[in-house]
Amino acid sequence: MRFLRACALAAFLPACSYAIDGRYNFQTPQTLIAHDINELHAWIMAVIAVIFVAVFGVMFYSIFKHRKSSGHKARHFHENTTVEVLWTLIPALILVVMAWPAAKVVLAQKNTGDAELTIKATGYQWFWGYDYLDHGFGFKSKLATPREQIDNYKSDGQAKSEHYLLEVTEPMIVPVGTKVRILTTANDVIHSWGVPAFGVKQDAIPGFIRDTWFKADRIGTFRGQCVELCGRDHGFMPIVVSVVSKDDFKAWVDKKQKEAKAAADDPNKVWTRDELIARGKTVYDANCAACHKADGAGGGPFPALTGSKITTGPVAAHIGIVLNGKGAMPAWQGLSDTEIAAVVTYERNALGNKVGDFVQPKDVKAARK
Amino acid sequence: MTAATDTLDLAKHGEAGHHGHDDHGHHALTGWRRWVYATNHKDIGTLYLWFSFAMFITGGVMALGIRAELFTPGMQFWQPEFFNQLTTLHGIIMVFGAIMPAFTGLANWMLPLMLGAPDMAFARMNNWSFWLLPPAALLLIISLFVPGGAAAGGWTLYPPLSLQFGMGMDLAIFSVHLLGISSIMGSINIITTILNMRAPGMTLMKMPMFAWTALITNYLLVAVAPVLAGAVTMLLTDRHFGTHFFKAVGGGDPVLFQHIFWFFGHPEVYIMALPAFGVVSQIIPTFSRKPLFGYHSMVYATASIAILSFMVWAHHMFSVGMPATAQLFFMFMTMLIAVPTGVKVFNWIATMWQGAMSFETPMLFAVGFICLFTVGGFSGLVLSIAPVDTQMHDTYYVVAHFHYVLVAGALFSLFGAVYYWLPKWTGYMYDEKMGKLHFWWSMIWFNVTFFPMHFLGLAGMPRRIPDYPLQFTDFNAMASVGAFCFGIGQLLFLYNVIKTIRGGVGPAPANPWEAHTLEWEVPSPAPHHTWESPPDERLVKKGLVAQSLE
Ligand code: HEM
Ligand SMILES: [Cu+2]
Repeated sequence: MRFLRACALAAFLPACSYAIDGRYNFQTPQTLIAHDINELHAWIMAVIAVIFVAVFGVMFYSIFKHRKSSGHKARHFHENTTVEVLWTLIPALILVVMAWPAAKVVLAQKNTGDAELTIKATGYQWFWGYDYLDHGFGFKSKLATPREQIDNYKSDGQAKSEHYLLEVTEPMIVPVGTKVRILTTANDVIHSWGVPAFGVKQDAIPGFIRDTWFKADRIGTFRGQCVELCGRDHGFMPIVVSVVSKDDFKAWVDKKQKEAKAAADDPNKVWTRDELIARGKTVYDANCAACHKADGAGGGPFPALTGSKITTGPVAAHIGIVLNGKGAMPAWQGLSDTEIAAVVTYERNALGNKVGDFVQPKDVKAARK
Repeated sequence: MTAATDTLDLAKHGEAGHHGHDDHGHHALTGWRRWVYATNHKDIGTLYLWFSFAMFITGGVMALGIRAELFTPGMQFWQPEFFNQLTTLHGIIMVFGAIMPAFTGLANWMLPLMLGAPDMAFARMNNWSFWLLPPAALLLIISLFVPGGAAAGGWTLYPPLSLQFGMGMDLAIFSVHLLGISSIMGSINIITTILNMRAPGMTLMKMPMFAWTALITNYLLVAVAPVLAGAVTMLLTDRHFGTHFFKAVGGGDPVLFQHIFWFFGHPEVYIMALPAFGVVSQIIPTFSRKPLFGYHSMVYATASIAILSFMVWAHHMFSVGMPATAQLFFMFMTMLIAVPTGVKVFNWIATMWQGAMSFETPMLFAVGFICLFTVGGFSGLVLSIAPVDTQMHDTYYVVAHFHYVLVAGALFSLFGAVYYWLPKWTGYMYDEKMGKLHFWWSMIWFNVTFFPMHFLGLAGMPRRIPDYPLQFTDFNAMASVGAFCFGIGQLLFLYNVIKTIRGGVGPAPANPWEAHTLEWEVPSPAPHHTWESPPDERLVKKGLVAQSLE
């Protein structure tokens, strides 16, 4: 009896997929578009199921009935214009009834007009930066899962948290029921920003801006991952979006704006070397350590900074390479003058280097021309 | 010996004079010289087939490396960089090293026999097109050991990522150049052979389906191989000579590469699929003891698929952000391919219908092909719907889809072809029991490996990641177990083939399956030189009548 029940359950699995969220089917849709996509998919699967049963039914009937071993004699027909025309036309008609609703969803997906909130998502190797263009602040959103949970090389490693690889230092926050337009771009290579529950996925392409949109129906936290191979840590750049009430969103924006104001650098400020080194370390750890390693030792295709020609040679070349990139090294135009001045100073006076000179924001500004 | 074989002997008697002389000249080469200097289409076919099997095993071991890492969450065996190198090399090696050369090898071995030609049109060039392959493969393998390791940008080599890697990427680019030159020379040879060297009375519309698919496939190859060569050459100049084709900082466009790549890449998918259709169209009628149903519509369907394949490339790029009109155009075109593909499947089923079927190993693989290829076709239809593709793009759903087409499609049909023609090649029958075991074993574990990937993709697991969130654990574990079992099963195939070469279960008659194409009219094993004088018109006609082509 229990066995029968298990069988019945197995047979109904596809049907109860909504209940088993994101196990045998799409994650539960949270936007109208995601909902439409689900419906489209269900409709296509239904059509396919019918065709599947019909075609395979005929084939397996034939396989069992028209065997040589059961004495069946072959009949030598080899053409029938009527059926051939029919089985060309009928599938074509079926395609039309599939294409029609699909086209409507395509047009809705592409309509990014009348957005109430615009956020720019920038892909970096390997994390996301979010800029709230309407509110003048931005932040970086990085993997929060500790390395000890990821590395199992020697043993089973640390126990993995519930949202293993899907948790970030700071999620993107949006208000519920609001049409949010996402602009995507990238700093280095192509990444792709997507949240399955919202039915959005848009490549982030360096040098270009693309857009997509969503309007979340429900408060909650929704997760995705970078979906375009972007190098070493492609598997480790999650996307987390928290949908909050409109009031909570307002309060959060106020707080972030105040913080941004407090943290803003005065571009004309003259810094001391130690200030620059201290500031430079935070910039370095956030942006450069991923490839060149925290101690500047480099690895693989990424050169060591300790004792390198650039970090110990003329300072102009050093600023140049940070600003413009070279080969595997992306251009860091997106960092502020102060940040670049700080990180260059840091690289020349830490990480085992002792050049002794330092750079002011105005030098970087001049180098940008 | 069948009466047909006697006819061949008659033909030979007619010019016994030249014959002995000719045979002498060529048989002088023995040992390694026979292979290195090979110009005989059968020897070259054999070389191609062994090379492609070696690459299949190499790429397969890499796939197992991927699956081992993905068995449980967390990183256990490889560093992420190396994982990416594994996926990249696995893809390149399987596509360019295993599947494509295998079909070229089959064409080399079988086309002259099936068409009644003495050899390929350009026998010396044929030697070159094969011998470019081993150095190309070597470049790929060596690239694993250079500083920075092999290319790790996926087999699609998208820039700007592919501009970042070290020397391994340059080696991959040179390797692709060599592979491309080899394919173009091979194609020209195949096309010329088919167009110029058919037996008297065998018009284009009467030649075997396998020849048709080879003809169309190789036209596709000549058209698109230079496109790929161009794309990777542009990568090379961007990397080393200061051009900015794909670098946004210099005014280039990274998406341009994707357009060029997929203008090659989509037809490439059919370059791996169409010959499989041809093989299946030979096997199914033979074991159904009925002529192929709808020969003409098969030819037209194959040609339409080939033409449409040039108009759908951007369905690989729905997420780069195209205008709505482009999105709609590519969606409709892609859906349209389902029509000719459907026609082919219906024709195969109609061929079986009311036949007198028996299920020797080649037939099992052919029927397995139809079942699984249809599943791959269905998932392709799902992917063609642009909004649904938004969810699926670059997830494991795509990995499942293309393995249903490439492993269950191309590879299964190749297995079928090998079992089908092995008696002709070796002169011995293979071990049927072991062949059947190989089929069922592969069938079961293939599905255990790749079916769960549909679910992983639906749930949103991105492809090309070395580690994954916890909700994907069970299906990944299942896929890994399946992959290892599938891989081990392939040793059965190797064993069976070697055993057959050494005598198998006994000598094979000239026509063990009672098939009607010309290759079965020569003795088994096929002598080193066949059809030195074209087959008699009556002989050709007899076969055509049996296939209902006349
Ligand atoms: C034992 C059989 C095979 C197994 C277990 C296997 C497994 C895999 C896996 C796990 C991936 C990585 C997917 C990802 O992370 O995106 C992959 C990728 C791929 N496989 Fe296979 N595979 C097999 C055979 C084949 C064959 C016969 C082909 C023939 C053409 C093939 C073509 C590819 C391609 C083109 C890719 C994409 C590589 C890329 O992402 O750049 N595979 N395979
Ligand atoms: Cu990324």
